[in-house]
Amino acid sequence: MARKLLLTHIDVPGIDTLEVYRRQGGYRAVEKALKTMSPDDVVEEVKKSGLRGRGGAGFPTGMKWSFLAKPDGVPRYLVCNGDESEPGTFKDRFLMTKIPHALIEGMIVSSYALGANTAYIYIRGEMMPQIRIVERAIAEAKSAGFLGKNILGSGYDLEVYVQPGGGAYICGEETALLESLEGKRGNPRIKPPFPAVAGLYGCPTVVNNVESIAATVPIVNDGGEEYAKIGIERSTGTKLISASGNLVRPGVYEIELGLPVEEFIYSDEYCGGIANGKRLKAMVAGGSSVPILPNNLATKTAKGEARLMTYESLADGGFVTGTAMGSGGFIAFDEDQCIVRNTLNFTRFYHHESCGQCSPCREGTGWMEKVLHKIEYGHGDIADIDLLWDIQRKIDGNTICPLGDASAWPVASAIRHFRDEFEWHILNPRESQTRNFGLAHYADPLVPVV
Amino acid sequence: MLSVQENMIVTFTPALFDKFAEVVSRYPEGKQKSALLPILHLVQAEYGWLSVDAMDKVADYLALKPIEVYEVASFYTMYFLQPKGKFVLEVCRTGPCCLVGAERIMQHMEKRLGVPEGQVTADGLFSWRGVECLAACGFGPVLQIGPSYTFHENLTEERVDQLIDELKEKAKNQ
Repeated sequence: MARKLLLTHIDVPGIDTLEVYRRQGGYRAVEKALKTMSPDDVVEEVKKSGLRGRGGAGFPTGMKWSFLAKPDGVPRYLVCNGDESEPGTFKDRFLMTKIPHALIEGMIVSSYALGANTAYIYIRGEMMPQIRIVERAIAEAKSAGFLGKNILGSGYDLEVYVQPGGGAYICGEETALLESLEGKRGNPRIKPPFPAVAGLYGCPTVVNNVESIAATVPIVNDGGEEYAKIGIERSTGTKLISASGNLVRPGVYEIELGLPVEEFIYSDEYCGGIANGKRLKAMVAGGSSVPILPNNLATKTAKGEARLMTYESLADGGFVTGTAMGSGGFIAFDEDQCIVRNTLNFTRFYHHESCGQCSPCREGTGWMEKVLHKIEYGHGDIADIDLLWDIQRKIDGNTICPLGDASAWPVASAIRHFRDEFEWHILNPRESQTRNFGLAHYADPLVPVV
Repeated sequence: MLSVQENMIVTFTPALFDKFAEVVSRYPEGKQKSALLPILHLVQAEYGWLSVDAMDKVADYLALKPIEVYEVASFYTMYFLQPKGKFVLEVCRTGPCCLVGAERIMQHMEKRLGVPEGQVTADGLFSWRGVECLAACGFGPVLQIGPSYTFHENLTEERVDQLIDELKEKAKNQ
């Protein structure tokens, strides 16, 4: 059995309550950190652990923490990013629903490390049930003396509040989130300055994903070195993977980084294979924003090595034959799924969610949606494929925040790997709504992709 | 878009003002603008939507210019600037849910309720719409029902019918 650090006690009845959570060893990390460690000790353990941000960017958490400016007399903030909205990702909702105290405990340990006396958990507004669950957990923790003034007699004070979002994918971008938390539209800020210098209310701020914050608990309990023993190379520890699409058993799985993709898809311990006895056509490994890969590149790299669930192996081959770990939103597409239709869907999503600040994204996402709509509904022209390529290329890298890139990559990768399917839609307009598109590229033994 | 054709004059109750004050207390002195999103949720939960008058009164309470409230209310998708049905049914329409039948559920919803997306049924009970990813992709298709945001997973057409019947029953008994 694979090691679990976050979801170990997930099936214990009542684990969402403080009492049961404590009975399973909960809040040990708070006692250990506040009573036996200095804030810098905690930062050091997180650095040693090699933990990388679990929200999507994969930036080392300990390093992010060490950038935090500490001017005298200026408050510092920890803000938890619970605005989980990346299509294909639902691990944070799961964690907050099932074991909310893991997040609260992580918030206390992390805030202590950063010297923050006020922390906010920004949860997307649609997750009203989760907001209630986390608020209840905060109240429980407070009445048990884990929050408030002079926690466990350590002299350290901390208040944690939940902030509901209003429904905007863009607020998952950390500076848009901070704008939203300040009561404004979620328009990402131009960086620098980075939040570590000027974040919430212009004060030094760290923004971390729900899962990253929860992961600090086992790191404090067992030590960073112990955590770093799990995984491969620079992909240490465990990761929550949200598995969706045409799988026998979709859901949230905690994996040790380094697990082969093939095992994750087909093993009975995880997803149990493709639903209804069908074949895998394509996969998205890290949420809708990362490149989609055809079957032949999903489980093996272009060099023919087994592809592993690590930051490095998923990215092997760059964007030509690889993808990215992203948020761990794993979407499986069976042989009946239409790549053009899915690309249209994702592009409509980005168009809808663009904040409108940068013209390449604001105009480009809408333009791509129109062209894709044309192709999907049988009115496409063969030149439209090149047009799409051209638009996505002009969005990528030309916007304030990564939403622009995130809208470009799915389109680029769909054309790169499934160009024949776009052509098929254009050449067979009357059949564009059927599922008869060419199957050659995934049913045959590995077609080399250049 | 902000519509000024419909307005609704509101008077916030003392109980609602108490809730506002609790929200404002979460932020540092002078940063009460941070309370805007949570307070708009509270107002919408009370009245079902955000009229211009309601937004103006929120602006007043938080010492903001009205435009600061309008620009936020019109940016975020959860805030309704027109009256909606008593129950708002929101189906996730994004990729992973579509792989497992969300489009079918939306077609069924339209047929069953007899109104296109965004419109209110004649009895004022329901409106429905497709929304973007609700972060429950592994349990799709999914649906959330406002104003209380109850959540329903692994939907089938039969389950949608059942939920609508339950809501009708609930409305009758209120």
